[in-house]
Amino acid sequence: MVIVDARGLSCPEPVVMTRKAMADKQARYQVLVDNLASRENVTRYAQHQGYTVQTEEKGGEYTLTLTKT
Amino acid sequence: MDLKKEKITIVIAGLIIGVIAAALVFFGNPVNMGFCIACFLRDTAGALGLHRAGAVQYIRPEIIGLVLGSFAMALAKKEFSARGGSAPLTRFVLGFFVMIGCLMFLGCPFRMILRLAGGDLNALLGLAGFVAGILVGVVFLNRGYSLGRTFKQPVLEGAAFPAVQVVMLVLLVAAPAFIFFSEAGAGPGALHAPILISLIAGLVVGALAQRTRLCMVGGIRDMALFRESKLLLGFVAIFASALICNLILSAVTGQAYFTLGFEGQPVAHTDGVWNFLGMLLAGFGCVLLGGCPLRQLVLAGEGNSDSAVAVLGLVAGAAFAHNFGLASSGTGSTPAGQVAVIIGIAVVAVIACVNTFRKNA
Repeated sequence: MVIVDARGLSCPEPVVMTRKAMADKQARYQVLVDNLASRENVTRYAQHQGYTVQTEEKGGEYTLTLTKT
Repeated sequence: MDLKKEKITIVIAGLIIGVIAAALVFFGNPVNMGFCIACFLRDTAGALGLHRAGAVQYIRPEIIGLVLGSFAMALAKKEFSARGGSAPLTRFVLGFFVMIGCLMFLGCPFRMILRLAGGDLNALLGLAGFVAGILVGVVFLNRGYSLGRTFKQPVLEGAAFPAVQVVMLVLLVAAPAFIFFSEAGAGPGALHAPILISLIAGLVVGALAQRTRLCMVGGIRDMALFRESKLLLGFVAIFASALICNLILSAVTGQAYFTLGFEGQPVAHTDGVWNFLGMLLAGFGCVLLGGCPLRQLVLAGEGNSDSAVAVLGLVAGAAFAHNFGLASSGTGSTPAGQVAVIIGIAVVAVIACVNTFRKNA
């Protein structure tokens, strides 16, 4: 699975990185972010692209698992 | 969390903010200047004696309120987080030149919207420049522009900027002799709503902007990058609401809250090329900072010390602009200001290039 590590980065960079990673059209990606605005923006973008998003939070960091539906 | 709800929330927030902006003019702020982050930071810099332009010296409670409103909302939502360390000096320089661009145009992106809502057509050229600047910035974002990661910081690092705002409030209310206040009739700095009203307005808008991530730059940027309209809706809602309020206030009070045209607009000039280039610089610089001046204040309230440094850059830019005659006035731009804007565009372009192509090399 492709992992996009966008921790410490603020918008729009995490979304730009996610979009770049999605160019190879895999079924699953994992995106790591550490602020709520990035979490919201990546989630929104992934949903637009037809992925479902599962979020896990641990110590202020979020692991978003994107799965193609 | 779902998108429809987010969009409805930001539209409602935008409508409220538009009403508040118009109301601040009614209560005493300069016309089309219910809010202007650039102007208000400039006024605050003047009040502290960082520049000596007597027309623009006043500690603006709106700024204090914006930061503390965001701070309080972030605390309540457990989003306050002390972070920093992502190229602070670069952000200072970007903030500095964003201010040079804003003071060429005479307003930040927020005031640009309010000027449009007041019928000031000069702001259309500003808007065109702003969009152009953002589109240039987006080209770099798409090629991997980044100022690097932020890191967790001690709580004090994040809380220092909100704490400074409390000190500013004390200075404003206590008004010791070493704080400057524009004298009545001296200019925009002398025109202001009562302290309590300005403060509450700032608190409400700061809290709303924190919740909705409202950003004047982000709206156009996200539309260009991802066809994402959420932030743009906030921008449009502020415009619509301020426009309607201005028309109502004009009709009810008989005073000029809305005047359509180019000539004779309040705290504005008709120098189209420089309105365009000033806002091009502001838009380009703000994309590289990750948000407009309002957003920088809100992020600083959430504990982001990089954004606090960007705000200090804005303040330094304002002080510099008025100490060296770079800021425009109602009569037009200055030759020195024109040179500064060109230098600013060049510096911002170098920052963009260095932070985009360095990692790919």
